[in-house]
Amino acid sequence: MSESPSFEALYRELEETVRRLEAGDLSLDDSLALYDRATALAEQCNALLDRAELRVRQLSGRPDGGLAAEPFAATDGK
Amino acid sequence: MPTTNVYTVSQLTAYIKSLFAGDVLLADVWLSGEVSNFSQASSGHCYFTLKDAGAALKAVIWRTQAGRMALPRNGDAVVVHGYISIYEQGGTYQLYVDHLEGAGVGRLWLEFERLKARLADEGLFDAARKRPIPARPARLGIVTSPTAAALRDILRTLGRRYPLVDVLLAPTAVQGADAPPGIAAALDLLNRWSREQEPLDAIILARGGGSLEELWAFNDERVARAIVASAVPVITGVGHETDFTIADFVADLRAPTPTGAATLAAPDGRELSAAVGGLLGQAERQIAGRLEAERARVENLARRLRRVSPAARLASDRQRVDDLARRAGLARAGRLRHERERLRGQQLRLMALDPRGVLARGYAIVTAADGAVVYSVTQAVPGAALAVRVADGAFGARVTQNEQDPSTTPGTRRRASLRMLPQRTSNTLE
Repeated sequence: MSESPSFEALYRELEETVRRLEAGDLSLDDSLALYDRATALAEQCNALLDRAELRVRQLSGRPDGGLAAEPFAATDGK
Repeated sequence: MPTTNVYTVSQLTAYIKSLFAGDVLLADVWLSGEVSNFSQASSGHCYFTLKDAGAALKAVIWRTQAGRMALPRNGDAVVVHGYISIYEQGGTYQLYVDHLEGAGVGRLWLEFERLKARLADEGLFDAARKRPIPARPARLGIVTSPTAAALRDILRTLGRRYPLVDVLLAPTAVQGADAPPGIAAALDLLNRWSREQEPLDAIILARGGGSLEELWAFNDERVARAIVASAVPVITGVGHETDFTIADFVADLRAPTPTGAATLAAPDGRELSAAVGGLLGQAERQIAGRLEAERARVENLARRLRRVSPAARLASDRQRVDDLARRAGLARAGRLRHERERLRGQQLRLMALDPRGVLARGYAIVTAADGAVVYSVTQAVPGAALAVRVADGAFGARVTQNEQDPSTTPGTRRRASLRMLPQRTSNTLE
Protein backbone atom coordinates (compact mmCIF):
# COMPACT_ATOMS: atom_id res chain seq x y z
CA MET A 1 0.00 0.00 0.00
CA SER A 2 2.67 2.49 0.93
CA GLU A 3 4.75 1.48 -2.14
CA SER A 4 2.23 2.96 -4.57
CA PRO A 5 2.34 6.75 -4.79
CA SER A 6 -0.14 8.69 -2.68
CA PHE A 7 -2.89 10.78 -4.19
CA GLU A 8 -1.11 13.84 -2.87
CA ALA A 9 2.11 12.90 -4.69
CA LEU A 10 0.26 12.16 -7.94
CA TYR A 11 -1.79 15.34 -7.73
CA ARG A 12 1.27 17.48 -7.08
CA GLU A 13 3.13 15.90 -9.98
CA LEU A 14 0.11 16.53 -12.21
CA GLU A 15 0.08 20.20 -11.18
CA GLU A 16 3.84 20.44 -11.80
CA THR A 17 3.55 18.68 -15.19
CA VAL A 18 0.85 21.07 -16.38
CA ARG A 19 2.88 24.01 -15.10
CA ARG A 20 5.91 22.86 -17.13
CA LEU A 21 3.75 22.32 -20.21
CA GLU A 22 2.48 25.87 -19.83
CA ALA A 23 6.00 27.26 -19.49
CA GLY A 24 6.29 26.38 -23.20
CA ASP A 25 10.08 26.25 -23.52
CA LEU A 26 10.25 22.57 -24.46
CA SER A 27 10.81 20.58 -27.62
CA LEU A 28 7.77 19.00 -29.24
CA ASP A 29 8.88 15.56 -28.10
CA ASP A 30 9.28 16.73 -24.53
CA SER A 31 5.92 18.48 -24.65
CA LEU A 32 4.20 15.36 -25.93
CA ALA A 33 5.97 13.26 -23.30
CA LEU A 34 4.74 15.66 -20.61
CA TYR A 35 1.25 15.56 -22.02
CA ASP A 36 1.30 11.75 -21.96
CA ARG A 37 2.52 11.92 -18.37
CA ALA A 38 -0.28 14.32 -17.41
CA THR A 39 -2.86 12.00 -18.95
CA ALA A 40 -1.47 9.02 -17.06
CA LEU A 41 -1.34 10.96 -13.78
CA ALA A 42 -4.93 12.16 -14.17
CA GLU A 43 -5.99 8.57 -14.81
CA GLN A 44 -4.21 7.38 -11.68
CA CYS A 45 -5.74 10.21 -9.63
CA ASN A 46 -9.22 9.33 -10.80
CA ALA A 47 -8.63 5.63 -10.22
CA LEU A 48 -7.70 6.39 -6.61
CA LEU A 49 -10.73 8.65 -6.15
CA ASP A 50 -12.93 5.89 -7.52
CA ARG A 51 -11.59 3.40 -5.01
CA ALA A 52 -14.71 2.22 -3.26
CA GLU A 53 -13.47 0.87 0.06
CA LEU A 54 -12.18 2.89 2.94
CA ARG A 55 -9.32 0.99 4.57
CA VAL A 56 -9.48 1.05 8.35
CA ARG A 57 -6.99 -0.59 10.67
CA GLN A 58 -7.10 -0.76 14.43
CA LEU A 59 -3.94 0.06 16.31
CA SER A 60 -2.87 -1.51 19.57
CA GLY A 61 0.22 -1.66 21.72
CA ARG A 62 1.68 -5.11 22.27
CA PRO A 63 2.86 -6.24 25.70
CA ASP A 64 6.46 -6.17 24.45
CA GLY A 65 6.10 -2.46 23.68
CA GLY A 66 5.68 -2.91 19.94
CA LEU A 67 2.79 -1.71 17.83
CA ALA A 68 0.26 -3.77 15.92
CA ALA A 69 -2.28 -2.73 13.30
CA GLU A 70 -5.06 -5.10 12.32
CA PRO A 71 -7.95 -4.65 9.90
CA PHE A 72 -10.92 -3.05 11.63
CA ALA A 73 -14.32 -4.42 10.70
CA ALA A 74 -16.66 -1.46 10.76
CA THR A 75 -20.02 -2.38 12.22
CA ASP A 76 -21.65 -0.14 9.64
CA GLY A 77 -20.93 -1.15 6.06
CA LYS A 78 -22.51 1.81 4.31
CA MET B 1 -41.35 72.46 37.70
CA PRO B 2 -39.23 70.41 35.26
CA THR B 3 -39.51 71.59 31.71
CA THR B 4 -39.19 68.12 30.17
CA ASN B 5 -41.58 65.15 30.37
CA VAL B 6 -42.38 63.65 33.72
CA TYR B 7 -42.78 59.84 33.60
CA THR B 8 -44.63 57.55 35.88
CA VAL B 9 -42.76 54.76 37.66
CA SER B 10 -44.63 52.26 35.51
CA GLN B 11 -43.54 54.00 32.33
CA LEU B 12 -39.89 54.02 33.37
CA THR B 13 -40.02 50.42 34.55
CA ALA B 14 -41.60 49.38 31.27
CA TYR B 15 -38.79 51.22 29.49
CA ILE B 16 -36.10 49.42 31.51
CA LYS B 17 -37.85 46.13 30.86
CA SER B 18 -37.78 46.77 27.12
CA LEU B 19 -34.04 47.51 27.34
CA PHE B 20 -33.47 44.14 29.06
CA ALA B 21 -35.62 42.36 26.52
CA GLY B 22 -33.61 43.84 23.66
CA ASP B 23 -30.27 42.69 25.07
CA VAL B 24 -28.83 39.58 23.42
CA LEU B 25 -26.86 38.39 26.44
CA LEU B 26 -29.62 38.93 28.97
CA ALA B 27 -32.12 37.12 26.78
CA ASP B 28 -30.07 33.91 26.68
CA VAL B 29 -27.54 33.51 29.47
CA TRP B 30 -25.67 30.77 31.30
CA LEU B 31 -24.71 31.47 34.91
CA SER B 32 -22.85 29.63 37.60
CA GLY B 33 -23.30 30.32 41.27
CA GLU B 34 -24.44 29.04 44.63
CA VAL B 35 -28.09 28.60 45.60
CA SER B 36 -29.45 30.29 48.75
CA ASN B 37 -32.86 31.22 50.20
CA PHE B 38 -34.50 28.50 48.13
CA SER B 39 -38.26 28.18 48.60
CA GLN B 40 -41.14 26.65 46.68
CA ALA B 41 -44.48 28.49 46.99
CA SER B 42 -47.83 26.70 47.19
CA SER B 43 -48.35 27.78 43.59
CA GLY B 44 -45.44 25.52 42.63
CA HIS B 45 -43.16 28.37 41.55
CA CYS B 46 -39.67 28.35 43.07
CA TYR B 47 -37.72 31.37 44.29
CA PHE B 48 -34.08 31.55 45.27
CA THR B 49 -31.00 33.70 45.21
CA LEU B 50 -28.01 32.80 43.06
CA LYS B 51 -24.83 34.24 44.47
CA ASP B 52 -21.08 34.16 44.39
CA ALA B 53 -18.53 35.93 46.57
CA GLY B 54 -19.25 39.34 45.09
CA ALA B 55 -22.87 39.52 43.99
CA ALA B 56 -26.38 38.10 44.30
CA LEU B 57 -29.21 37.64 41.80
CA LYS B 58 -32.86 36.86 42.45
CA ALA B 59 -34.07 33.86 40.48
CA VAL B 60 -37.43 32.29 39.63
CA ILE B 61 -38.30 28.85 38.34
CA TRP B 62 -41.89 28.69 37.09
CA ARG B 63 -43.99 25.74 38.13
CA THR B 64 -44.03 24.23 34.63
CA GLN B 65 -40.21 24.33 34.48
CA ALA B 66 -39.78 23.24 38.09
CA GLY B 67 -41.77 20.06 37.37
CA ARG B 68 -39.20 19.06 34.75
CA MET B 69 -35.96 19.48 36.67
CA ALA B 70 -34.24 18.25 39.80
CA LEU B 71 -34.61 21.21 42.16
CA PRO B 72 -31.52 22.55 43.93
CA ARG B 73 -30.97 22.91 47.63
CA ASN B 74 -29.39 25.74 49.52
CA GLY B 75 -25.62 25.63 49.19
CA ASP B 76 -25.61 23.82 45.83
CA ALA B 77 -23.23 25.14 43.21
CA VAL B 78 -25.24 25.14 40.02
CA VAL B 79 -25.10 26.15 36.41
CA VAL B 80 -28.36 27.65 35.17
CA HIS B 81 -29.70 28.92 31.91
CA GLY B 82 -32.48 31.49 31.40
CA TYR B 83 -33.15 35.16 30.77
CA ILE B 84 -33.01 38.29 32.90
CA SER B 85 -36.08 40.50 33.13
CA ILE B 86 -37.79 43.04 35.37
CA TYR B 87 -40.37 42.21 38.04
CA GLU B 88 -42.26 45.48 37.85
CA GLN B 89 -44.26 45.28 41.09
CA GLY B 90 -41.14 44.53 43.14
CA GLY B 91 -38.91 46.97 41.30
CA THR B 92 -36.33 44.21 40.89
CA TYR B 93 -34.60 42.42 38.08
CA GLN B 94 -34.37 38.67 38.25
CA LEU B 95 -33.35 35.51 36.45
CA TYR B 96 -36.07 33.36 34.94
CA VAL B 97 -34.56 29.88 34.94
CA ASP B 98 -35.45 27.34 32.26
CA HIS B 99 -32.52 24.95 32.75
CA LEU B 100 -30.51 23.97 35.78
CA GLU B 101 -27.53 21.64 36.12
CA GLY B 102 -26.89 20.00 39.49
CA ALA B 103 -24.40 20.69 42.17
CA GLY B 104 -21.72 18.36 40.85
CA VAL B 105 -21.86 20.04 37.49
CA GLY B 106 -21.44 23.41 39.16
CA ARG B 107 -18.15 22.25 40.63
CA LEU B 108 -17.10 20.82 37.25
CA TRP B 109 -17.85 24.17 35.72
CA LEU B 110 -15.60 26.02 38.12
CA GLU B 111 -12.89 23.44 37.50
CA PHE B 112 -13.36 23.98 33.78
CA GLU B 113 -13.00 27.73 34.09
CA ARG B 114 -9.88 27.42 36.23
CA LEU B 115 -8.15 24.97 33.89
CA LYS B 116 -9.16 27.00 30.87
CA ALA B 117 -7.68 30.17 32.38
CA ARG B 118 -4.47 28.37 33.34
CA LEU B 119 -3.91 26.80 29.92
CA ALA B 120 -4.79 30.06 28.21
CA ASP B 121 -2.13 31.79 30.34
CA GLU B 122 0.39 29.21 29.13
CA GLY B 123 -0.43 30.24 25.58
CA LEU B 124 -1.78 26.82 24.64
CA PHE B 125 -4.85 28.29 22.93
CA ASP B 126 -2.84 30.75 20.83
CA ALA B 127 -3.70 30.82 17.15
CA ALA B 128 0.04 30.78 16.36
CA ARG B 129 0.27 27.27 17.87
CA LYS B 130 -2.35 25.86 15.49
CA ARG B 131 -0.83 23.76 12.75
CA PRO B 132 -2.36 23.52 9.29
CA ILE B 133 -4.19 20.33 8.33
CA PRO B 134 -2.93 18.91 4.99
CA ALA B 135 -5.53 19.46 2.26
CA ARG B 136 -5.24 15.95 0.81
CA PRO B 137 -4.23 13.61 3.63
CA ALA B 138 -2.89 10.16 2.84
CA ARG B 139 -3.39 8.78 6.34
CA LEU B 140 -5.58 9.80 9.28
CA GLY B 141 -5.69 8.62 12.87
CA ILE B 142 -8.93 8.44 14.83
CA VAL B 143 -9.23 8.44 18.62
CA THR B 144 -12.70 7.51 19.82
CA SER B 145 -14.78 4.67 21.19
CA PRO B 146 -14.78 1.73 18.74
CA THR B 147 -18.45 1.02 19.33
CA ALA B 148 -19.94 4.50 19.29
CA ALA B 149 -22.04 6.21 16.66
CA ALA B 150 -19.34 8.87 16.40
CA LEU B 151 -16.96 6.37 14.75
CA ARG B 152 -19.63 5.23 12.30
CA ASP B 153 -20.36 8.84 11.42
CA ILE B 154 -16.69 9.57 10.81
CA LEU B 155 -16.05 6.43 8.74
CA ARG B 156 -19.20 7.00 6.70
CA THR B 157 -18.21 10.60 6.01
CA LEU B 158 -14.64 9.68 5.05
CA GLY B 159 -15.91 6.81 2.89
CA ARG B 160 -18.26 9.10 1.03
CA ARG B 161 -15.91 12.04 0.58
CA TYR B 162 -12.43 10.59 0.34
CA PRO B 163 -12.29 6.78 0.47
CA LEU B 164 -8.66 6.65 -0.61
CA VAL B 165 -7.49 7.91 2.77
CA ASP B 166 -5.87 5.30 4.98
CA VAL B 167 -7.44 5.20 8.46
CA LEU B 168 -5.82 4.07 11.71
CA LEU B 169 -8.10 3.74 14.70
CA ALA B 170 -6.79 3.96 18.24
CA PRO B 171 -9.81 2.88 20.31
CA THR B 172 -10.36 4.19 23.81
CA ALA B 173 -13.08 4.85 26.35
CA VAL B 174 -14.32 8.41 25.93
CA GLN B 175 -16.23 8.80 29.18
CA GLY B 176 -15.66 7.79 32.77
CA ALA B 177 -12.55 7.74 34.90
CA ASP B 178 -10.55 5.67 32.38
CA ALA B 179 -11.23 8.06 29.55
CA PRO B 180 -8.62 10.81 30.16
CA PRO B 181 -5.60 8.44 30.45
CA GLY B 182 -7.10 6.28 27.68
CA ILE B 183 -7.39 9.21 25.28
CA ALA B 184 -3.88 10.37 26.13
CA ALA B 185 -2.52 6.85 25.52
CA ALA B 186 -4.38 6.57 22.20
CA LEU B 187 -2.95 9.87 21.02
CA ASP B 188 0.50 8.68 22.03
CA LEU B 189 0.00 5.35 20.21
CA LEU B 190 -0.90 7.12 16.97
CA ASN B 191 2.06 9.45 17.33
CA ARG B 192 4.38 6.47 17.79
CA TRP B 193 2.90 4.84 14.68
CA SER B 194 3.40 8.05 12.76
CA ARG B 195 7.02 8.29 13.91
CA GLU B 196 8.01 4.65 13.56
CA GLN B 197 5.79 3.12 10.87
CA GLU B 198 3.74 5.34 8.54
CA PRO B 199 3.38 9.10 8.87
CA LEU B 200 -0.06 10.42 9.78
CA ASP B 201 -1.34 13.70 8.37
CA ALA B 202 -3.86 14.41 11.13
CA ILE B 203 -5.68 12.82 14.07
CA ILE B 204 -9.41 13.13 14.67
CA LEU B 205 -10.35 13.10 18.36
CA ALA B 206 -14.09 12.63 18.61
CA ARG B 207 -17.06 11.80 20.75
CA GLY B 208 -20.77 12.09 20.07
CA GLY B 209 -23.13 14.32 21.99
CA GLY B 210 -23.81 13.78 25.67
CA SER B 211 -24.35 15.51 28.98
CA LEU B 212 -21.75 17.78 30.47
CA GLU B 213 -20.58 14.94 32.72
CA GLU B 214 -20.30 12.56 29.78
CA LEU B 215 -18.17 15.00 27.85
CA TRP B 216 -16.04 15.76 30.85
CA ALA B 217 -13.01 13.70 29.85
CA PHE B 218 -12.41 16.27 27.11
CA ASN B 219 -11.97 18.92 29.80
CA ASP B 220 -9.28 16.90 31.56
CA GLU B 221 -5.82 18.40 31.73
CA ARG B 222 -4.17 15.08 30.78
CA VAL B 223 -6.10 15.08 27.52
CA ALA B 224 -5.21 18.72 26.89
CA ARG B 225 -1.51 17.99 27.50
CA ALA B 226 -1.59 14.95 25.21
CA ILE B 227 -3.09 17.06 22.41
CA VAL B 228 -0.42 19.71 22.93
CA ALA B 229 2.29 17.02 22.89
CA SER B 230 1.01 15.39 19.70
CA ALA B 231 3.42 15.86 16.79
CA VAL B 232 0.53 15.12 14.45
CA PRO B 233 -2.09 17.91 14.16
CA VAL B 234 -5.29 17.14 16.07
CA ILE B 235 -8.85 17.90 14.94
CA THR B 236 -11.53 17.69 17.64
CA GLY B 237 -15.17 16.87 17.06
CA VAL B 238 -16.74 16.55 20.48
CA GLY B 239 -20.43 16.63 21.32
CA HIS B 240 -22.72 19.02 19.55
CA GLU B 241 -22.43 22.42 17.94
CA THR B 242 -22.71 24.29 21.25
CA ASP B 243 -20.32 22.16 23.28
CA PHE B 244 -16.89 23.66 23.79
CA THR B 245 -14.31 21.63 25.68
CA ILE B 246 -10.73 22.31 26.74
CA ALA B 247 -9.71 19.78 24.10
CA ASP B 248 -11.36 22.01 21.48
CA PHE B 249 -9.36 25.01 22.68
CA VAL B 250 -5.96 23.29 22.48
CA ALA B 251 -6.68 21.38 19.27
CA ASP B 252 -5.22 22.54 15.97
CA LEU B 253 -8.70 22.59 14.50
CA ARG B 254 -12.10 22.34 16.18
CA ALA B 255 -15.12 20.85 14.45
CA PRO B 256 -18.61 21.08 15.95
CA THR B 257 -19.32 17.33 15.68
CA PRO B 258 -17.56 14.04 14.78
CA THR B 259 -19.01 14.24 11.25
CA GLY B 260 -17.77 17.82 11.04
CA ALA B 261 -14.29 16.67 12.04
CA ALA B 262 -14.25 14.08 9.23
CA THR B 263 -15.40 16.75 6.78
CA LEU B 264 -12.60 19.10 7.83
CA ALA B 265 -10.01 16.29 7.77
CA ALA B 266 -10.65 15.13 4.21
CA PRO B 267 -11.42 16.93 0.95
CA ASP B 268 -14.46 16.16 -1.16
CA GLY B 269 -13.48 13.62 -3.80
CA ARG B 270 -15.91 15.10 -6.31
CA GLU B 271 -14.21 18.49 -6.05
CA LEU B 272 -10.83 16.81 -6.47
CA SER B 273 -12.11 14.92 -9.49
CA ALA B 274 -13.16 18.23 -11.00
CA ALA B 275 -9.74 19.71 -10.17
CA VAL B 276 -7.98 16.78 -11.86
CA GLY B 277 -10.23 17.22 -14.89
CA GLY B 278 -9.38 20.92 -14.94
CA LEU B 279 -5.64 20.22 -14.92
CA LEU B 280 -6.02 17.67 -17.70
CA GLY B 281 -8.01 20.23 -19.71
CA GLN B 282 -5.16 22.72 -19.30
CA ALA B 283 -2.69 20.10 -20.53
CA GLU B 284 -4.88 19.35 -23.54
CA ARG B 285 -5.18 23.01 -24.50
CA GLN B 286 -1.41 23.38 -24.20
CA ILE B 287 -0.62 20.40 -26.38
CA ALA B 288 -3.27 21.30 -28.97
CA GLY B 289 -1.75 24.79 -29.19
CA ARG B 290 1.70 23.31 -29.53
CA LEU B 291 0.64 20.93 -32.29
CA GLU B 292 -0.94 23.84 -34.10
CA ALA B 293 2.37 25.72 -33.91
CA GLU B 294 4.30 22.67 -35.16
CA ARG B 295 1.85 22.26 -38.01
CA ALA B 296 2.51 25.87 -39.00
CA ARG B 297 6.25 25.18 -38.96
CA VAL B 298 5.84 22.06 -41.07
CA GLU B 299 3.67 23.93 -43.52
CA ASN B 300 6.27 26.65 -43.78
CA LEU B 301 8.95 24.06 -44.48
CA ALA B 302 6.74 22.46 -47.08
CA ARG B 303 6.25 25.82 -48.79
CA ARG B 304 10.00 26.20 -49.12
CA LEU B 305 10.52 22.68 -50.34
CA ARG B 306 7.83 23.13 -52.98
CA ARG B 307 10.36 25.14 -54.97
CA VAL B 308 12.75 22.22 -55.29
CA SER B 309 10.32 19.34 -55.62
CA PRO B 310 8.10 17.89 -58.32
CA ALA B 311 4.85 19.85 -58.25
CA ALA B 312 2.40 17.00 -57.99
CA ARG B 313 4.26 15.49 -55.07
CA LEU B 314 4.12 18.75 -53.23
CA ALA B 315 0.48 19.35 -53.92
CA SER B 316 -0.19 16.01 -52.36
CA ASP B 317 2.02 16.82 -49.39
CA ARG B 318 0.38 20.14 -48.94
CA GLN B 319 -2.99 18.53 -48.87
CA ARG B 320 -1.77 16.18 -46.22
CA VAL B 321 -0.36 19.03 -44.21
CA ASP B 322 -3.70 20.81 -44.43
CA ASP B 323 -5.38 17.63 -43.37
CA LEU B 324 -2.99 17.39 -40.44
CA ALA B 325 -3.72 20.99 -39.61
CA ARG B 326 -7.41 20.30 -39.39
CA ARG B 327 -6.75 17.30 -37.22
CA ALA B 328 -4.37 19.18 -34.96
CA GLY B 329 -7.00 21.88 -34.57
CA LEU B 330 -9.50 19.28 -33.46
CA ALA B 331 -7.01 17.41 -31.31
CA ARG B 332 -8.55 15.62 -28.38
CA ALA B 333 -7.04 13.59 -25.62
CA GLY B 334 -7.43 10.17 -27.13
CA ARG B 335 -6.22 11.21 -30.55
CA LEU B 336 -3.09 13.09 -29.68
CA ARG B 337 -0.81 10.10 -29.78
CA HIS B 338 -2.12 9.32 -33.22
CA GLU B 339 -1.44 12.89 -34.34
CA ARG B 340 2.04 12.67 -33.02
CA GLU B 341 2.74 9.65 -35.19
CA ARG B 342 1.26 11.41 -38.19
CA LEU B 343 3.46 14.38 -37.58
CA ARG B 344 6.52 12.20 -37.41
CA GLY B 345 5.50 10.44 -40.63
CA GLN B 346 5.18 13.82 -42.24
CA GLN B 347 8.67 14.74 -41.20
CA LEU B 348 9.98 11.50 -42.67
CA ARG B 349 8.23 12.20 -45.94
CA LEU B 350 9.74 15.64 -46.14
CA MET B 351 13.17 14.22 -45.43
CA ALA B 352 12.63 11.92 -48.40
CA LEU B 353 12.63 14.95 -50.66
CA ASP B 354 16.34 15.40 -49.98
CA PRO B 355 18.18 15.23 -53.32
CA ARG B 356 20.37 12.41 -52.12
CA GLY B 357 17.30 10.40 -51.38
CA VAL B 358 16.05 11.13 -54.86
CA LEU B 359 19.27 9.80 -56.42
CA ALA B 360 18.77 6.58 -54.51
CA ARG B 361 15.42 6.15 -56.23
CA GLY B 362 17.01 6.24 -59.73
CA TYR B 363 17.28 9.92 -60.59
CA ALA B 364 20.55 11.49 -61.74
CA ILE B 365 22.26 14.89 -61.68
CA VAL B 366 23.85 15.84 -65.02
CA THR B 367 26.72 18.28 -65.17
CA ALA B 368 28.48 19.84 -68.14
CA ALA B 369 32.26 19.69 -68.70
CA ASP B 370 32.68 22.93 -66.72
CA GLY B 371 30.87 21.41 -63.76
CA ALA B 372 27.66 23.43 -64.21
CA VAL B 373 24.47 21.51 -63.58
CA VAL B 374 22.53 20.82 -66.75
CA TYR B 375 19.01 22.07 -66.21
CA SER B 376 18.03 22.75 -69.82
CA VAL B 377 18.35 20.99 -73.16
CA THR B 378 20.02 24.18 -74.36
CA GLN B 379 23.04 23.14 -72.28
CA ALA B 380 23.20 19.73 -73.94
CA VAL B 381 24.18 20.28 -77.53
CA PRO B 382 24.69 17.02 -79.48
CA GLY B 383 28.22 15.79 -79.16
CA ALA B 384 28.89 17.48 -75.80
CA ALA B 385 30.48 15.39 -73.02
CA LEU B 386 28.51 15.35 -69.79
CA ALA B 387 29.03 13.83 -66.37
CA VAL B 388 26.08 11.91 -64.88
CA ARG B 389 25.88 11.54 -61.12
CA VAL B 390 23.82 8.69 -59.71
CA ALA B 391 23.41 7.42 -56.17
CA ASP B 392 26.57 5.31 -55.98
CA GLY B 393 28.93 7.31 -58.26
CA ALA B 394 29.27 9.10 -61.60
CA PHE B 395 29.89 8.24 -65.27
CA GLY B 396 30.55 10.17 -68.45
CA ALA B 397 28.09 10.45 -71.34
CA ARG B 398 27.83 12.10 -74.74
CA VAL B 399 24.78 13.91 -76.07
CA THR B 400 23.39 12.35 -79.24
CA GLN B 401 20.38 14.59 -79.65
CA ASN B 402 18.31 17.13 -77.79
CA GLU B 403 14.74 18.14 -78.07
CA GLN B 404 13.04 20.92 -76.09
CA ASP B 405 9.67 20.12 -74.58
CA PRO B 406 7.34 22.73 -75.96
CA SER B 407 5.49 23.19 -72.61
CA THR B 408 8.68 24.00 -70.70
CA THR B 409 10.42 27.34 -70.80
CA PRO B 410 13.74 27.91 -69.07
CA GLY B 411 12.36 30.96 -67.25
CA THR B 412 10.30 28.81 -64.86
CA ARG B 413 13.33 27.40 -63.13
CA ARG B 414 14.40 28.97 -59.90
CA ARG B 415 17.22 26.91 -58.51
CA ALA B 416 19.20 25.41 -61.33
CA SER B 417 21.75 23.85 -59.03
CA LEU B 418 19.14 21.47 -57.56
CA ARG B 419 17.26 20.68 -60.74
CA MET B 420 17.20 17.00 -61.48
CA LEU B 421 16.82 15.25 -64.79
CA PRO B 422 14.94 12.00 -64.92
CA GLN B 423 17.02 9.35 -66.61
CA ARG B 424 14.30 7.68 -68.56
CA THR B 425 11.90 10.23 -70.06
CA SER B 426 12.32 13.95 -70.01
CA ASN B 427 8.90 14.77 -68.58
CA THR B 428 8.46 12.13 -65.92
CA LEU B 429 7.29 13.43 -62.63
CA GLU B 430 7.07 11.31 -59.62
